[in-house]
Formats: sequence, C-alpha cells, structure tokens
Amino acid sequence: MRAPMSWLRDWAQLGDDVTVDQVAEQFTRLGLTVERIERVEPGWSGPVVVGRVLECAREPQKNGRTISWCLVDVGHHNADSAEGVDTHRGIVCGAPNVDAGQLVVVALPGAVLPGDFAISARKTYGHVSDGMICAEDELGVGTDHTGIMVLPETVDGRALVPGEDATPLLVSPDTVFDIDVTPDLSHCMSIRGLARELAGALGAPFTDPVSLTTPDPVAEGYPVRLLDAACPLFVAVTVDDLNPTAQTPAWMKRRLELAGMRSISLAVDVTNYVMLETGQPLHAYDGDRLQGSIVVRKAHDGEVLTTLDEQERTLDPDDLLITDDSGPIGVAGVMGGASAEVTETTRTIVLEAAHFDAATISRGMRRHKLPSEASKRFERGVDPGAAYSAAHRAADLLVSLGGARKRTTETVTGKVPVMPTQTIAASLAGDVLGVEVPTEQVVSILQSSGVQVDVAGDRLHLVPPTWRPDLVDPYDYVEEVGCKVGYDHIPSVVPRAPVGRGLTRSQRLRRAINTAVAGQGLVELITMPFINDRDLDRMGLPAEDPRRRVVRLANPLADTAPYLRTSLLPGLFAAISRNTSRGNDDLALYEAGSVFLAREGAPTAPSPSVDARPSDDELAQFAAALPEQPRLLAAVSCGAWTRPGWRGAGLPADWTTVVAAADAAAEAVGVTLVRRQAEVAPWHPGRCAELLVDGQVVGVAGELHPSVCQAFGLPARTAAMELDLDDLIAADPGRGVLAPLSSHPVAKEDVALVVDADVAAEEVRQALVEGGGAMVESVTLFDVYTGPQVGEGKKSLAFALRIRAADHTLKDAEAAQVRDAAVAVAVERFGAVLRD
Amino acid sequence: MSGPNTNYDPVQVAALDEAAIAEMVDQAVTAIRAADSIAGLKQARLDHLGDRSPIALANREIGALPPEARRVAGQRIGQARGRITEVFREREAEVTAAELEATLRAERLDMTLPVELHPQGAVHPVTALIDQLNDVFTAMGWEVAEGPELEGEWLNFDALNIGPDHPSRGTTDTLFVDPIDHGLVMRTHTSPVQIRALLNRDLPVYVVCPGRTYRADEYDPTHLPVFHQIEGLCVDKGITMAHLKGTLDHFARELFGDVRTRLRPHYFPFTEPSAEMDLECFVCRGESVGNPDRPCRTCRSEGWIEWGGCGVVNPRVLAAVGIDADVYSGFAFGMGIERTLMFRNGAEDMREMVEGDVRYSRTLRGGAR
Repeated sequence: MRAPMSWLRDWAQLGDDVTVDQVAEQFTRLGLTVERIERVEPGWSGPVVVGRVLECAREPQKNGRTISWCLVDVGHHNADSAEGVDTHRGIVCGAPNVDAGQLVVVALPGAVLPGDFAISARKTYGHVSDGMICAEDELGVGTDHTGIMVLPETVDGRALVPGEDATPLLVSPDTVFDIDVTPDLSHCMSIRGLARELAGALGAPFTDPVSLTTPDPVAEGYPVRLLDAACPLFVAVTVDDLNPTAQTPAWMKRRLELAGMRSISLAVDVTNYVMLETGQPLHAYDGDRLQGSIVVRKAHDGEVLTTLDEQERTLDPDDLLITDDSGPIGVAGVMGGASAEVTETTRTIVLEAAHFDAATISRGMRRHKLPSEASKRFERGVDPGAAYSAAHRAADLLVSLGGARKRTTETVTGKVPVMPTQTIAASLAGDVLGVEVPTEQVVSILQSSGVQVDVAGDRLHLVPPTWRPDLVDPYDYVEEVGCKVGYDHIPSVVPRAPVGRGLTRSQRLRRAINTAVAGQGLVELITMPFINDRDLDRMGLPAEDPRRRVVRLANPLADTAPYLRTSLLPGLFAAISRNTSRGNDDLALYEAGSVFLAREGAPTAPSPSVDARPSDDELAQFAAALPEQPRLLAAVSCGAWTRPGWRGAGLPADWTTVVAAADAAAEAVGVTLVRRQAEVAPWHPGRCAELLVDGQVVGVAGELHPSVCQAFGLPARTAAMELDLDDLIAADPGRGVLAPLSSHPVAKEDVALVVDADVAAEEVRQALVEGGGAMVESVTLFDVYTGPQVGEGKKSLAFALRIRAADHTLKDAEAAQVRDAAVAVAVERFGAVLRD
Repeated sequence: MSGPNTNYDPVQVAALDEAAIAEMVDQAVTAIRAADSIAGLKQARLDHLGDRSPIALANREIGALPPEARRVAGQRIGQARGRITEVFREREAEVTAAELEATLRAERLDMTLPVELHPQGAVHPVTALIDQLNDVFTAMGWEVAEGPELEGEWLNFDALNIGPDHPSRGTTDTLFVDPIDHGLVMRTHTSPVQIRALLNRDLPVYVVCPGRTYRADEYDPTHLPVFHQIEGLCVDKGITMAHLKGTLDHFARELFGDVRTRLRPHYFPFTEPSAEMDLECFVCRGESVGNPDRPCRTCRSEGWIEWGGCGVVNPRVLAAVGIDADVYSGFAFGMGIERTLMFRNGAEDMREMVEGDVRYSRTLRGGAR
C-alpha cells in the first residue's frame, strides 16, 4: 500500500512539526513495515517564477521558424534585467501558443532544470534572451511539449502575481510511504486505516472518511438480488447525466499516481480513488448497458466470461459472479466483464459497493491468476460498514467533478454482517505479553481501535468494529494491546528450561562422523536434492534397484529434475564437474543428507481436525504415508590426494580415499567396517566392495564404472562411497569396556601365504585372526606379491602377527604354536601354502 | 731396570721423581686439552693413560723401589693418573658437546617446507553454524528436535493454523509430492518438527529444530528454493512474550556479541502476537543511518537487520496437538541459516552455498565460524 503523506494528513490531523521519520517510525512500531520512503520534490532548482507576457512580437527567421520576442513581467525579478529595463525581461520563445496577456512559467538565469539544464542570459535570434518560458516536459511536471504552460489567473481563489515562486503551483512536495501490509491488518489497505493508526499512535485527531451509517435494506434503486451467502451486502447508487468529456482533475490524478495507479477515465479514477481512501473496492457499470436485475450467484458449470483484459475465462462453480440478464458481467471482487463496462460515452453509472467473503475471493483470484487492487483487498477482508458510505462518496465526486446528478433512490440489499463478540480476562494481555497493562489502559487502547468494550468485573466483553475482521480470538486482542503498548516495553526474561539431556546419541554421533570425515581431509558440500531419470540411467541402475523407487514432485522447481534424490551421488557428481571446470582438479568431497524412497502402496496422509490432538491411528497413518527418508553419507574423490612434492611422489585420490572416509565415519561410531568384494552399480565390477557391520551391508565403496565416469563427465577412475548413516549409527556398540592391558612382552611372527589370486586378502586375514585365538593381538597385511616365484594365478600375502598372553611371557614355542594354529585355518579355508 | 730388594731412594729413580711426574701430568693435560675431536681425544688417552704411556711406564718402576718408598711413589703416580683422568673427562664432555652441536648444525633443515600430509578437509559453513546454534541452546537446557523433510501437509500447514485457503499452500509457493491429493509436501519450514515435538514429547517442551526446508522460490543471490532454518519452541506454564524476548536476546548475544534486538509487530498464522525480530547492526551499530559518508553494507545503512520471525504460540496450534491453552503457553521463533551466514560472514551470493565449489567450504576457518 502506497500512502502519500498529504492524503494521510487529510484525515489524520497531524501537527506541522510531525516529520517523515516520525511517521515512518510509528508505522514500523505498529507492524506496518515501511519498505520505502519516496520523497516527491521538484526536479529543478533556482528561480522558476510566474510571469505575465506583456508584449509578444512574432519574428519569422531565415531558417523558416517563427520565434516570439516577448517582454515578460516577472515582478521583483525585473530589476535584474540585463538590458537595464525594470518593468520586464526580454525572452525569446519558440512555442506557437505564447501570447500577450498570458500568465506563464519563467525559468530565470540561475535556474537549473531537469537534465542539468542551466538557464543563463544568452544571445539568440538577435536578442539577449533573459530566461526561458517553460513547457511541461522541460520542468518534468508532464510530458506535453506542444507549447508552453499557461497558468490560470487564480488558484484556489487567489490571483497569481508576476514574480512569485511558481514551484508550489507546479509541484507540491510530498512523501509516499510504501507499506508492506500484513494479511491481518486488512484495514490498513486504505488511507482511512493508515490515517487512523497514525493518528492514534501520535495522539492526533482522526476524521473518518466513512461517515454514513448503512441504512436498512431498500430496493428503490437499481434492482439487485443476492443468491449466495458469500455476498451478504450490495449497495447500488446511480448517477445520471455524467459529462463524458469531464476530465479527472490534476490533484486526483496525482494522488492516484503517487498511490501507484494509472489514471484511466473520470468514472474509473473516482472508483479507484474512493477505494484507496476507504478500502472499499467499487465497480462502475454503464447503466444503459446493464440488462435487468443484477444477480450475485455462484457460477454454473461451464459458464464463460470475457473479462476486461479481453480474455475468455471458463468459470468454476466456486466462482462468485455478478450477473444480469445477459449472463455473467464480472467475477465478484476479482475482475469485471467487458459487456457492462463504462465507456467514453457512458452517461448513467450504477456504482456497486458490495461485500464479499474473503476466502471465496481469494480462491477465485488465485484460480484465475488475477490479483487486482480490488481482489487484494477483498481477500484480506474489507470493512462491510464502509460500502454504503463509499458508494455515496464516489457518486458525490462524479457529481462535483463530472457534472452528474445523483438519483435520490438507491438500493441496499443485505446487511452489514454482525461482528463476532469475544470475552477475555482483563489481565490476559498483560499475562501473555509479560508486562503489566492496567485494565484502564487495555480498555482505552481497544476503544481507540474502535472496539466496543464492556467491563464486567475482571472480564471484558468485546465487539470489534466492522473494519477489524482480524479481531476474533482472545489472543488477537492481546496482539492489538501489545502493538499499541509497544513491544519495546516488554521486558527481557530468559526462561528457565528444565534440565536438558544435550544432544541425543544419534546427534552426537552424526556430528562426530562429520568431524571425522572432514578431519580425514574431505570437504563437505550441500547440493540440491533433485534428480531425473537420466541420472538413474547414467548410474546404470537396474530396473529393480531400490534407488529407482523415486518420489516425484507434482510441481518440481525444474521439469528437468522432477524426482527427489534416492542417492547423494548424482549431486556430488555434478559438484565434481563444476569444480573441475573451475580448475579444482584434486577433489575429495562428501555430503550427508536425506534421500527419499517411495513406499509401495503407501496410504494417503490423513487430514485430522485442528480442534483436538490427532488420534493414534491418524498418527500411525502419517508414518505410513511418508516415504522412507534415510540419512546417507556419500563421498567422491578424483585427481591427486597428495601432489608429488619434496617428500617424493604423490598419491592419487583413488578408491582408498573414499574407503578411508567410510572407515573414519565408522570409527567415529566405534565400529569397524568389513569390506566384501561386490558388483553393484554405479561401481567398477572388479573394484567395488560392500561395507558391512556385524554382517549387515551398510554401504558400498569403490572405483566408479568407466561408463559412469564417461556419462557424468567425471575424470577417469573417480571413486565413490555411499553408506547409510542410520544403519551405521544403529550399530553403535554403546558403552565400551576399559579392559586391563597385558604388561608381558609381545611376540612377533610373520607369515607369507600363497593363495589363489582371487581370494580376498581380508578373508585370509580373518582366518588368521580366528585360527590364532585370543592371544592374537593383531594381524596386519604388509605385502602382496604376484610373480614367477608363486606361479600363475596365485599371489603371496604377507602378514605380521602380534601375539601376547595376558598373564605370562610367551615362550618361543608357544608363539609358534599360535602362529601354526592361525595358518592352519587359512590352509583349510583357502588351500593356502605357507612360504618359507 | 732395577731389581728388587735393592735399597734405592725413590728420588734416585728418575721416572718416579716428583718433577718428572709433574712433567708427565703437564704434558698429558696439554695434549688432552689440545684434542678437539673424539678421535684426537682417544689418541691422547692412549698416549697418556694407555699401557705404554709415560705414567704407566713409571708405574712399573715402583717395584724397584724399596718397600718404604713404594707407598710414596704409588701415591704420586695415583694422584697423577687421577689428575689426567679428570682432565680427560672434562675435555671429553666438552668435545662431545661440541661435536654434537656441530652435528646438529649440520642437520639443520628448512622448517618452512610444506608439511601437508593430506588435503585440508572442512565441514560446510551451514553445518558448522547449525552445530554452533545447537550448542547455544543445549547449553540453556534445550534439546534438538528433528523430523522428516518430506512431510504431511497437515503437519506442515493445518496444525499450524495455516488453513486450506492460505496463499502459501498453493503450488506457486509449496513443493507438492505427486499426486497432490496424497497430502504430502516438502516442508516449507521446520515448524512441523515443532508439531511433532508437541505430539511426542512430555511437557514442558524446550526444543530447537534445525533443518532443511523447501519453497517453490526463486534461485537468486538472496533466495534458495532449498535452504536451512532453525526454529525454537518453548511450551511451559506461565510463558510470556518477555521470555521470547529474553531467549532471543541471549541467542543474539551468543552469536553476534553485545547487540540490541528489536521486536516489530508482524503477522504469522501460527503465532499471536507475532513479531519480526531485528538485530541491531553489529557492524555499524546504527551509525550508518542517515550518514552517507559511512555506508554500511551489512545493514544497508538501515541500522537494523531483519533476522527472523517469532511470537507467542497461537492457542489454535496448541489445540491442534491437544494441549490446554489455559494451562500452557509458549513462544516460537525461526530464522534462516543461510541468511544468518550472509550477514554474519558477509556472504554476498547464497547460490555459492549450494554450488558445491570445494573452495567455499574451506573458506570459513576456526573462530571465524
């Protein structure tokens, strides 16, 4: 809502000393956010004065033009004349309409006009031109350049005097407040409402532009029938004999423009002006084009209407219509139809001032995507008590500005709806706000907001004014009192929460995982969680892969990515491309976040009542309706892990990088991941491992399939890992045991085992661990050898065993025994051969 | 060489003569002190304390002395040996120390060489800020509540007094799961977590709800369609708007230092009274207002920064979760994480937060988080 200061002052009698900043501050304190303050000022500086053309001599020029040599009386400015004459100045004027006797606007030397156009005495066409007679566009007060501006002899009954400053005649400095009105403050979508709030805040008198009381129903004017409860009140006032050539006066045009509306015609401008002032949208019908009674009803199925924007719209049975015998002539409160619209020849006007249900208008406006100044007001709620007064104000303006005649007969169909009453404890506001507000103050605040207050002991019976549809619940009144008391008067008190338990174990572990993976040298990203079929295809996922159980959005941000992600990898792949395109080639990235997996046959989510807690069944139905949303952790790596440097050769950011990240995550939880050779998309079939905890697969890691790298444009041998954080955290071993340490010496035994080349090293290691028994402290692989010494299809795995007893120092023979037992299991399981 | 049992005056045996022994000691001390390496020192010891050293040779002469003279001679030799050994030890310590020092000097390295063993990892600034905010509230005894990002429409809207006709429920504002009539949306705020907290937890409830939220919004420097929020909810007996103010003041101080806050009346369906919470600009402290010579980029010279929305929990919300609004009351607040990062850390373009450039996450370090 754009509100010119001058218009607010019409109704709020503010003192002259009230400043723009004060007004803005009061609006802000009331919750009327001032988005912008625009100061309207003349676009010039220096002397721009009223002048009387005394003589005007036409002088044809060689170039074909005719100029006028004018002697202009500029009052006390005459003395400055360069030609020493004290009764006038000589000015050359090229405009055809200049003539002796006119009052004109003269820019004198020293003035600077818009566009940095400095005026000075200059020689031209054989004269010294000592100023300029101005056209509208030269001053920026209009666009007319067909001739100079000719001023009237009198303004507001006062005769203009040559030499007086013309600036106030041309531009009155004003200030426009552009206010963001929240949906609850519907009454502030008008000058009336804003002036009321401002006057209240500054303690200034307020005059209500809505001064007439709505009479009982009367049907003497234009016939109207209301067939739907969404229109409880319809006022129709008719004016005749409108002068079709009457123009909108400049002051009204200007106010409309300052308020952000364009001037169209007198009839339309008057309805808009009254709407801006009172908040009541009006509609003007051409009385000669209306056919039969106006009927307000819901649309029939399939009904169509051509709206003012010349669009044919199919109507919805929920649309509230204004109709006459010809059919629909407008969507109520949203947009008029073309058939009964006023034209430049309209002489009889039927003014509609009706009240419509806010929700109905809101739905209609959205359905037809027709936000208008009228629908924006109706959807918030318009004061039904203003309709009658607004209709008459518009009619009166058409009378005074357009020479029209107001009929004495009128139509008032329906009634101003009764406002809902409320009873609250007198102490409620103070109790909720946390600051003491005496009952007398509560009462006086509410009364000045127009609320009718009856005090009954410690209770207040309240009836809101018709312009406050937002005052319904007890807390609505609390807010009203709070705003007027001022939120800055509320003290600051930290509430004492009960003893808290801190982060949950899951939250702590997730933070520990995040810290560990970042500490491992990977960089966390947050990517957009949307994917498409192509992503799934490029990953090479088979049809039955659970990651194809996508959840589709009905209105995705981009049609190219209509699904919610089922894997974090596509987002990370895109991040790799973006990084490499920016020259960031060495990457180890990770993301932790939710993915979304559709559930087959999930029920529709329930929609319980909002008056009571949902039942347990309804809550269970919510749980069943939601897709699975597991939290995953994924990592990708490519390029170099370390670059070659002074310490030697570098290391690639290969599959070991992402496995190490997974291991770090598991270590943060306190579990050890076991890797098992696997073949899973999108990984390289020979370089892929499932990650297991307690025999359960929680993730997959490895090098990506070359065709996946190619499809996503990733560097060759990019590696990736994805694991289920929820599963990993579920494996949390809980509280550990600080077992006593053996202080006896360790025995070290190395063994080299020759096994088939496709035997997994980890499985051999596990066999040694199991075979060695309790005294085996650790088994570590330290060498892998393939070559002629072990033969084709074989490999040698060298392990270091650390063996220690809890209670005594091991003899060589005992250690050897443990070693042999360990090897025996590897021999049994894998046909391993011990190398010498 | 003299034989035993011959009655000699020890003075008569030249090698055991006091002056001769003193001369041996002098020579030995000079030689040892002259040695400037472990090897030289070793040679000096061999020369002056070894089997063939003058002192050793003189020692052999003692046997030739009459028994009564042997004691004096023996003492003389012993004292001389002791003196030489003492000097040797001293010198040995000096030379060893000097040699060690020389070795260490020779081992000097350029300690400014880069030592990065693996790349520098980093958590995302959004994650780091959420962790920090969670810590502020858990320190106050609050707990951290979480919930699904894909949520029931009722939990995201109806329960929060956002009725079916509310504009934010349209497809222009909210991302709906297909088909729309299944009643599932991408949560537009973390408020459904508040509803879940009120449904699932025992009263009183003091929780913050950080998390990801979705809006059918523009993707531009100051808007992301997928962003993060943190919301807070307190429902207890006797809770007032003053408690809201106190909590936000504390929160603001923890995050921005000693700044003032301001509540401005506003409208939200789920709170009544509602307010916008403004933060006094922690950079210019309002000094840029009306002062074109000192413009402030952080608050755009407005003196205040709009931080988030808040208010007293609307009793209608409590009714929807079955809480008696005559007994319990509460407050709630919420702010955007990315927006907070923008003005706290001077981020100019929100899109960089989700573009995935590896440099972005590495930008904020240590205390700057």
